[in-house]
Amino acid sequence: MKTESKLQKILDNGQFAVTAEIGPPKHSSAEGIRHHAEMMRDYVDATNITDNQTAIVRLSSIAAGVHVQSCGIEPIVQMTCRDRNRIAMQSDLLGAYSLGMRNVLCLSGDHQKFGNHPTSKNVYDIDSMQLIYYLRRMRDEKLFFSGEEIKEHEPRFFIGAVANPFADPFEFRVARLEKKVEAGAQFIQTQCIFDMERFERFMEMVRERGIHERVHILAGVTPMKSWRAAKYIQNNVSGMIVPDELVERLKNAEDPKREGVEICIEQIKYIKENIKGVHGVHVMAIAWEEVVPEIVERSGLYPRPKVD
Amino acid sequence: MIIAQQKPVKDVAAMISNCKKVLLVGCAGCVTVCLAGGEKETEVMASSLRIMRKMEDNPLETVTYTATRQCDPEYVDMLGNMVQDVDAIVSLACGVGVQYLAERFNDKWVVPALDTKFIGGSTVHGNWEEKCGLCGDCILHRTGGICPIIRCSKSILNGPCGGSQYGKCEISKDVDCAWQLIYDRMSALGKLDKLMEFQPPKDWSKSRDGGPRKAVREDVMID
Repeated sequence: MKTESKLQKILDNGQFAVTAEIGPPKHSSAEGIRHHAEMMRDYVDATNITDNQTAIVRLSSIAAGVHVQSCGIEPIVQMTCRDRNRIAMQSDLLGAYSLGMRNVLCLSGDHQKFGNHPTSKNVYDIDSMQLIYYLRRMRDEKLFFSGEEIKEHEPRFFIGAVANPFADPFEFRVARLEKKVEAGAQFIQTQCIFDMERFERFMEMVRERGIHERVHILAGVTPMKSWRAAKYIQNNVSGMIVPDELVERLKNAEDPKREGVEICIEQIKYIKENIKGVHGVHVMAIAWEEVVPEIVERSGLYPRPKVD
Repeated sequence: MIIAQQKPVKDVAAMISNCKKVLLVGCAGCVTVCLAGGEKETEVMASSLRIMRKMEDNPLETVTYTATRQCDPEYVDMLGNMVQDVDAIVSLACGVGVQYLAERFNDKWVVPALDTKFIGGSTVHGNWEEKCGLCGDCILHRTGGICPIIRCSKSILNGPCGGSQYGKCEISKDVDCAWQLIYDRMSALGKLDKLMEFQPPKDWSKSRDGGPRKAVREDVMID
């Protein structure tokens, strides 16, 4: 189903897409968001706007999306199931569309335990699978989640979802990805890839089922600033795998930040050249947005395609 | 059964600090089984409160009684005379029992000595775990007999989410991922294809979101 999304046009044209991520701030100024958007503008096709990531209160993803859009970059509004019931979700989706947002990424969301409001109540009225399904139905069948008709101006989003090849049970990860595609996901961004071997096995299973022909998969990559950051993720973040070799390589580097960028570029080149079925990369430079243009350029992904 | 745990004695003492005589009411139902509010716990709570008050030079008189069930009017009625001359009633039942006492003795100050935690069962002696989310619309036949509503920390119906690793939930290495358990069981039963079926959202109006729930069985009603 066609939408007005620029990202969709690029992916449907068969071009290798590049998306990045902008994390809204813990305050009410958009200055930083706008700075990052302007800096990335010519280097990415769209940027995710995270939705209170790690359950920390931040400027809203939809509001941030408007700022990003006004800087000439297409936003992908992230929407988690943690903080809104189905009423609030639909209301925000209608609002987001009215403000020009054309891409939505549906996620469960990190548990509030990890954030700055661990005593809050989570919602999870619906899960990410259901959000994908109902977003598609809103667009294609003009129905609210309840089944009531949307008489006019239904939101027509390009629907994204996430997949984590590093979570368990591994054998079911590809099946669950397929379930998301059947529910209506049109593009997939993966969790940060550090364990390339595991990602290759995942993609092999994806290809066996022919899923890569039904959805656009963007491989998630993250440049690391230090071996301590890598070690922290290795030990403390559930659903991520960081091989020891990567930690060691950063540890032994003279300039670990440079090394982190080099590793990221190597990964992108490797994925693009060697792993069939991957249609783009999603660069998650967490709290390090400045480095995105260099990574994109040196990975041979610059300039970005122009879309009418 | 309902699993409850005692509040710290000092918290209970603070609720009745201005009382001279209190009635402590235990319950012989669930809270006896989970060792929180049975006859024995009621006696121990009474003596702890008396000792605390004695040390403060402000003695407290206690009366104790353990009802067969505090969630049943006919057993609550049996408290009758014991209630008259006390300044407060301390209930060692679940939240249901506390409310039944408060409704029945509406001129009395009724306080809870327990925190009602969840419904579940015991694993080994002294260990209990939550098993049912009281959603009012059981789906265990679709999830291999494992409840994702309460055992998945996000109540996901189409799991597992991306935070499941090595069989554990993202919130803690001590918490099993319910969806890993569901996957393992469905796999063992040769029913993994069931997990590919899209599960629609819950009808939460059948749960607490429909307001306080009632259950009626007209066939067993007497009047």
